[in-house]
Order: sequence, then structure tokens, then C-alpha cells
Amino acid sequence: MARHATLPPPPGPGLAAIVRRGLVSLVAPPGNALITAAVLVTAAFVLPRLWAWAVTDATWAGADRKACTGAGACWIFIRARLHDLLYGSYPADAAWRVNLCALGLATLMAPSAFPHRLRRAAVILLVLVFPILALVLLRGGALGLAGVETRLWGGLLLNFVLTFIAVVVAVPLGLLLAEGRRSSHPEIAGSSIAFIEFWRAAPIVAILFFGVVILPLLLPRGIELNKFTCVAVALALFASAYMAEAIRGGLQSVPKGQYEAALSLNLSPWQARALVVWPQALRVSLPAIVNTAIDLFKDTSLVTIVGLFDVLGSLQQALKDPQWLGLAAEGYAAVAVGFYVLCSLLSVLSRRLERELAVERRR
Amino acid sequence: LAKADQALLPVPARQEPPASPAKPPRRRPSLRRVLTTAAFLAVILLATAFLVRNLGQNLAARGLSISFDFMLRPAGFDIPIRAIPFTPRDTYFQAALVGMANTLLVSVLAVVTATVLGFLGGAALLSHNPILARTSLWLVDFVRNTPQLLVLLFVYTVFLRAVPSARDSLSLGDAAFLNVRGLFLPALEAGPAAMPSFGLTLGTWAFILIAAAPILLFLPFRARRRLPLAFITLAVGGTLVAFLFATGAWQLEKPVLRGFNFRGGIQIVPELVALWIGLAVYAAAFIADLVRGAVLAVPRGQEEAAAALGLRPTQILWLVRVPQGLRILVPPLISQYLNVIKSSTLGLAIAYPEIMAVVAGTTLNQTGHAIETMMIVMVFFLALNLLISFLINLYNRRLVGRS
Repeated sequence: MARHATLPPPPGPGLAAIVRRGLVSLVAPPGNALITAAVLVTAAFVLPRLWAWAVTDATWAGADRKACTGAGACWIFIRARLHDLLYGSYPADAAWRVNLCALGLATLMAPSAFPHRLRRAAVILLVLVFPILALVLLRGGALGLAGVETRLWGGLLLNFVLTFIAVVVAVPLGLLLAEGRRSSHPEIAGSSIAFIEFWRAAPIVAILFFGVVILPLLLPRGIELNKFTCVAVALALFASAYMAEAIRGGLQSVPKGQYEAALSLNLSPWQARALVVWPQALRVSLPAIVNTAIDLFKDTSLVTIVGLFDVLGSLQQALKDPQWLGLAAEGYAAVAVGFYVLCSLLSVLSRRLERELAVERRR
Repeated sequence: LAKADQALLPVPARQEPPASPAKPPRRRPSLRRVLTTAAFLAVILLATAFLVRNLGQNLAARGLSISFDFMLRPAGFDIPIRAIPFTPRDTYFQAALVGMANTLLVSVLAVVTATVLGFLGGAALLSHNPILARTSLWLVDFVRNTPQLLVLLFVYTVFLRAVPSARDSLSLGDAAFLNVRGLFLPALEAGPAAMPSFGLTLGTWAFILIAAAPILLFLPFRARRRLPLAFITLAVGGTLVAFLFATGAWQLEKPVLRGFNFRGGIQIVPELVALWIGLAVYAAAFIADLVRGAVLAVPRGQEEAAAALGLRPTQILWLVRVPQGLRILVPPLISQYLNVIKSSTLGLAIAYPEIMAVVAGTTLNQTGHAIETMMIVMVFFLALNLLISFLINLYNRRLVGRS
């Protein structure tokens, strides 16, 4: 069978042929027919039950626990706790500020929506202007906005903020570390490798403990950081080690001749790097950078272990509410689907970038 | 200036062929190079001194000093789940050892299960059957795009709550049982007969060889030549175990329901089961993808060449595609195993006493020695990391040496 599969396909098979081949492969060798049957039987058993639990038997309307029929999922719970899951303890009357930031982020993150010339502007806005605007909007205390302390931040907002901070810090830091790793100075290369390997060796739980327990001990007396800042710093350092590895591949892919040509055009070594090598390297490593960001986004859910209430922490908190006991399945399902959708969107973005870059490089 | 710039070129570690005339022979280090080194070292030293000074002041203000003496004091807390014996009267040092043993225990269980599941998943992803391939792709994608802690908490609070009570346990034969109190498996114990001596008793060895011979003979000749040591070890080991059971030197003690709970056998508590399943399922999704990638990375020409030489599809699979795919697979697979070990620290969230929970959790809370406890955890993981990268390097060097 494998031998036939390796033959070149006949020139331009029609749609009918493709469909026929697909159908044949469902039953062609007897083993395949067995597999098809097993998958279909399992699906016939699981899917109707899942559908009934999640949709037809589920409780969609009602005010409190008493409305839950118990036959299927009780989605009122999610609706009642939606504010906690999305914003944590962020004041309800200021939630529009978070929504505005989310809208801005989504707009700037969809670069494929922009023509080429606008795309560069979008990236510059995202990296330089958006963080400041978002900080003012979210933190408040300026422009007539009421202040909201970071300890009130929670829910999905916290996951996004921590990921964003970590990525924005980690990309330049990772770039420097990756350059350091390739340095001809043994002491610079050595320190960079030690730094990168240290953070990559540690489990993320240990990193978070480092942020909460050790980091405050390393600061000068009198300077106290709140838990949010400590965790953000630890995550940013952790992320830069991974970014360094993601970017290293890109740096290695830029031919040495590019750098030498830039030097021969009388650019200084740092100009040659910043204007010639880095743009090409970052471009190649963009998919790897996005993948690292996706992993980081998933990992931010671990901050609940050190007592910050991100979306998973808020859910854990909500599940302990005596009024809503026993609704863990609904809660986990909702949060899992949320993560799945967001991460899938980011992966689609990453794959799209990869494809576009591949096309551009072939030109 | 030109010379200084030359010196600053980031010369890659790889040796360029001597034909390139661009690199002049290195002479005395230039002034600029020396200054860079000095400045870099000065910055690092100053930063370190600053951090150490702050640390000293902060510790002094809290009346603490860095010392590992506390590790030899009695711990005073119990560890309910332990892979090695422990009582509250034992020291913090022994508690840390229990934590490490627990970490390794759950990691080994999860790694073995994840490998089996991952290879099955990889085979499903590569299947020519579109339904199976699509379904497994969707499942793998779903697991990969959810946080690991979520998977773990789901298994712990939803899945393990849904299993029946001890009386209505899910059972596999009458040997293994799953219920709300955990997983019950038969235990291996010494049987009624004495352990046979493995000196040069001719009868024993003859028995082993005669029993193992058919297994070796059934293997196709080529496979035997390619994988001799692993298969011979496996055959001999399997025969040995069968022999020990046959003579009654070993026997299985099955768990039996008495009253409301099971007695005998091995009980694996729900925390361990949840962590085991959670880690294994999550890692299996990633391994399935690695397997798929590795098999697809074997050039198509290899398969076609083997077909042209007249090999049958099964032979192509086992003699051409699998050996080459394995070479690509092994390094990322090993780092995935390392990830499993690191992720086992999530046991902290469901009260499984692994090294983080015991050392950076309970011990830190009781003694307040933050620096020391975190150092112990970090040394443990750094050592594991170094060991694993050493193994990967060894493997790569062997591969390079062979080809």
C-alpha cells in the first residue's frame, strides 16, 4: 500500500476522484475498515452524550443555583462568574477600559489585516505606544480615570497582561542574550549560556517561587514590590531565556556575508547588527517567537499556585463558592475552550506568518 | 580601526575551511577587546556585589543567615504519599529525599505511559484513514492548546470524582481496581519457595536458554542482526521473570475488597493517579506530534529506494522508515521527558508531595530558609538537566560516529 502511495499522483484528479479516493481509503484494507468502524462507534457513543450535556439538556437561563436542572451542564454558573473569570476583582464600572485594551490588542495583532506598509506601523504601535496607553488605561490614576491597583487585576486580563509584559521584555533581552551566546568573548558567551540554561532548567513553578520568595530578598532595603510585579519580573526573565533560544536559530540563518558586507559598507558593528542582521534574523524566528508566546500564555495560568487569581485561579475560587459547589466540569470545560480558541488563533497567526515569510524569501 | 572591527566580528565556533582568506592569523588581543572584557566583567561583578549586599541586609533584618544546618533537624511533619520510608521524626534532609523520590516516581510512570500513548497517537496521526487521522489531530490539538494545570485539575477534580466508590470499583480482571480511593494493583512479593541461586547451576541456565530460544528464533533474521542486544536482554529478562514465578520464588498479591476498602496489593492514591494521568496525557499529545514529525522528516526517496529494491511495505516500515525516524525523534523526545519531570512540580497544586511541595513548600514555611530551600530545588533540576543533555550529546556523537 505504501508503495502505491509513493507513486506520483495522476495529473489533476477531479473532485470526484479525490472524494472517491477518500472514501476508498476508509474501507480499503480490512484493517482500515475496522478502524473506521471503531472510531465511528466511539463517536456515536460519545458525541450525542456530549451534545446533550453541553447543549440540549443544559441549563441556559436562570438566576441562581436553584435554576440548574441537573440534567446537563449548568451554564448559569459561568455567566454569574464571568466578570471574575475575565477581569478578576477589577471594578465592574471600569471594565470598559479592559475591553478597550483588548480591542486595541486584537486590532494590532491581526497584521494580515493590514497592507504591507501599515504592518510596520502596527508593530511599532504594538511595541512602543500600546503598552503605555494600556498601562494608563488599566492602572488609571491619570487623565481623570480612577486608579485600579494591580492586586485587583485578575482573570483572563491577568493572563494577557503577564504574557504581554513578558514577551515585550523578553524579545529584546532574548536578542541580546542570543547575540551574547555567539560572542567571541568567552566570558560574554559563558555568562549568556549560564543565564539561559539556568532559566531553562528550572520548572516554571520554581520560577514563580523565585519571583515571590527570593526576588524581594535581592532588592535594596526599602524597595518593596507587590506580588504582581515580582511575578511579572520572574516570568519576563524566564521568557527571555526561551526567546534567546528561539532567536538564536534566526541569527544562525543569516549568512555571515551579510554582516561582512555591512561592515565593508562602513557600518559600525552595532549598526551592522541592528540594521542588517537583526531584521533578517527576527523575521526568520518570528514563528518560533509566537510559539514561545503561546507557551507562555498557557504557563501564566500557573500563577494561581503563588496566589494570583488569573482565569484558572478565579475559577478555582468560584468552584469553592458554597452556592455553586459541584460545577467543576462546566468551569473547566469553559476555561479549556477559552484557552483552546485563543491559542488556536495565535497558532493560525504563526502559521500564516511562516507561510508569508517563506513566500517572501523565495522571491 | 579596521583591525579593531575585525576583532569584534562574532566569529562562530565552527571552524571555517582554511581556504577562506578573510581571517588573518590572530595576534595580540586588541585594546578594544581587552576593554570590552574588562567592562563586561566589571558590570557583572558590580551587579553581583549589589545583589549579595541586598541579600545580606535583608536576611540580617529578618534575623536569618544562610546555613544548611536546619536540614539535619527533625522535620516534624508527615508525608502521606512516599516512595521511600519516612516518619515525622526523620530530618528535613530525609524529607527532601522523599520529595525527590516522589518526583522521580511519578515522572517514570508518566514517561512510560506518555511514550506508549504518544506512539499510538503518532501512528493515528499518520494513518491513511482520514477519519482516524482527523479525530486524533483534533484531540492532540485540543490538549496542546490548553494549559497543563487545567488538564491536571480536570483529571483530579472531575475525572477522579466520577469514578465509583470502592464497592463498585472499575476492575480489570480481578487484579486491578480503580475507585475514589485510588488505583489498586497487585503487588509483587516473595513467594513460598526460596529464591533459587543463580550460580552456575547448569539446570537453571539450560532452562532459560531453552525457553528463550524460540523467542529469538521467531525474530526475522535481519531484525535480529540490527537489534540484537535489546531483544536478547528482553527475552532473557522475560524468561527469568517467568521462571521466578514458575518456581514460586515470586508471587502476586492481589488487592481484595474487605469492608469499605481494599487490602493487600499496592494502593496508588488519587493524587498520584491524577498527576500520572495528567502528565502522561499532556506529554502524549506532544510526543504524538514529535513522532509524526519524525516519520515525515525521513526523506521520501528512502522509501522509494527501498521499494525499488523490492522490500515489502512492512520491511520498508521497520527496516528503513522507523530506524531513520528514531534518529530524528530521540533528542526532542528526551527533552520532552525532561519537560515531564519539570512539570511534575505541578503536583503542588493537588497536594502530591513532590520536591517543590516538600522542600520549597512545607520546609520553607516551617523554617523560613528561602535561599537554601530554593537552592536545593534548583540544584536538583540543574543536575537532572545536565544529565539529560549529557545523554543527548552522547547519543548525537554516537550517531555522527556511525555515519
